[in-house]
Amino acid sequence: MQASDDAQPETNPLRESAFTRNAEWLRGLGESNDVVMSSRVRLARNISGFPFTPQASRIDRTQVLEACRHRILNMTTSTASQFMWINLHQVGREDRNLLVERQLMSRQHAKGKLSTGKGGLDEPRGVAVLVPDERVSIMINEEDHLRLQIIRSGLALTSCLAEANELDDQIEAGMDYAYHPRFGYLTACPTNVGTGLRLSVMLHLPGLKLTGELEKVRRAAHDMGLAVRGFYGEGSDSPGEFYQLSNQTTLGKSDEMLLREMEQEIVPRVVGYERHARKNLIANRKEMLEDQIWRAIGVLKNARLMKVEEAMEYLSLVRVGAMLGLVEGVTLEQIHTLLLHVQPMHLQKTLGKTLTQQQRRVARAELIRKQLTPDLS
Amino acid sequence: MLCECGQYEATIHEVIITSDKKKVERHLCEKCARKQGINPDPYVPISELMSSSSYIMGQISSSPESPDEPLSQTPPRPPVKSKHPTQTCVGCGQTFGGFKKSGLLGCPACYQIFEDRIGPMIERAHEGGCNHVGKVPKRALCESQLNKDDNRIDALLGNIKQREERLDTLRIRLAKSIHDEEYEQAAMLRDELTRLTSLASSEIEATPNRSANAKDSTAASS
Repeated sequence: MQASDDAQPETNPLRESAFTRNAEWLRGLGESNDVVMSSRVRLARNISGFPFTPQASRIDRTQVLEACRHRILNMTTSTASQFMWINLHQVGREDRNLLVERQLMSRQHAKGKLSTGKGGLDEPRGVAVLVPDERVSIMINEEDHLRLQIIRSGLALTSCLAEANELDDQIEAGMDYAYHPRFGYLTACPTNVGTGLRLSVMLHLPGLKLTGELEKVRRAAHDMGLAVRGFYGEGSDSPGEFYQLSNQTTLGKSDEMLLREMEQEIVPRVVGYERHARKNLIANRKEMLEDQIWRAIGVLKNARLMKVEEAMEYLSLVRVGAMLGLVEGVTLEQIHTLLLHVQPMHLQKTLGKTLTQQQRRVARAELIRKQLTPDLS
Repeated sequence: MLCECGQYEATIHEVIITSDKKKVERHLCEKCARKQGINPDPYVPISELMSSSSYIMGQISSSPESPDEPLSQTPPRPPVKSKHPTQTCVGCGQTFGGFKKSGLLGCPACYQIFEDRIGPMIERAHEGGCNHVGKVPKRALCESQLNKDDNRIDALLGNIKQREERLDTLRIRLAKSIHDEEYEQAAMLRDELTRLTSLASSEIEATPNRSANAKDSTAASS
């Protein structure tokens, strides 16, 4: 789907051709891909002269939405024409949830309800997604007017930040940002003020879980002022031991300082702990580890009903087995794709119909049996 | 160091800067800290702290999970009396009370209207960071310099005095990084100092009428 013309807004572009290929972050490539599933950079920006989204009237929000849409679809980058624009207040729940599952926007943005309790499904808001690889998404009228996100597989915060800065400059070339010499880029919540930059990595930490050291690492992360969240961000669970680690401080440190801390100090340290834990498991408790992995494969090969959390737990064990050479016949991309496709909305999109919870469990088990297990050995 | 009670080791160290810029230090054990309404548990997300009205009012209430004493038995410190209890943002109508409730500011002007009150809170939430370091909106700055728009330049970079203060802060941080042998951090702070000084220098070229003051400031920072 190409950039839509101003006069002909797309109302429901998702069902036609979007997301037929895998997002870049699912490919399992990049540095430290055995532990780092993906890297994400997010910039929060607001337009000068307008109240922040939670305080903005419907008219304000409509104006912000239109100004941002015009600006994003008229950028001069080589990728500008590949942005797909979606007016979220005009699409159905299925499509909004699909975007959340694909990590292209927050759950809060899908609901349109802000943390203040204001807003709702019909609030003017949107998201621009770079297709086909989905490495860029820009949320409009979330808690801040613009939230620009770059997501890539493996440990790739440097390249994510470079691309985010390039797009940020492109957008700023056509609109004034709210900025203060002392507080930097102004945001609705003062926790994001300054650089407005959030650097996150999605880590897979089953080794630390199995050796009982996960809580120690979590506490160390908190001590370093980092946030630890689940697979779908704030307030979500971490089935399969997938954790998002991100900076909380955004004022007083430049983008480069935050990047260096995260990419050269913090993440390599956690990756080192996880690798050490996996090595210890192989050296001292290999039978136990193999047993857990092969029990998981046994269930994945044979189950007829599967909950999403259960699928993520078992796929997590297959992932660590593949990374340690204990399982063959499966790639990281296959595992990551399944982790996404077992999610409720993806299952329904694949089958093209709405399913009950029980039907989803049947469909999930069947999908895994078909797509994952035939080649496993 | 012993707590003020003289019985246990002090593990909570509180520094309060009073309105006349004097430092008041207190050193407490966890038990005394809880009694005085300070939560010694460090594992509280910043977002929770920011949206906590008690935090904003300068009093951190005890966590309900506090193992020693139930919440009802921990008298909070007396609230700090606001100088402007009904202060309202002229830009959006947001009140300070509204901010305390939601943790969200209403518009860019709120940062200026409530600057005195949210400044210390922001500093605490950002591990002592009180001044932005890093990127400045690129096009806005270039345009302001080309058009010799002094007001706009000040709005982006701060006035000469504010810039000098920021440079001083960076110099102190640089010296500390070198002292602590954190050389990579020091290199980045040095780059930031150079960048900030060069931004001021560009302005000198663009605005000769302000050159006298600006030259003084950049000379001091080089």
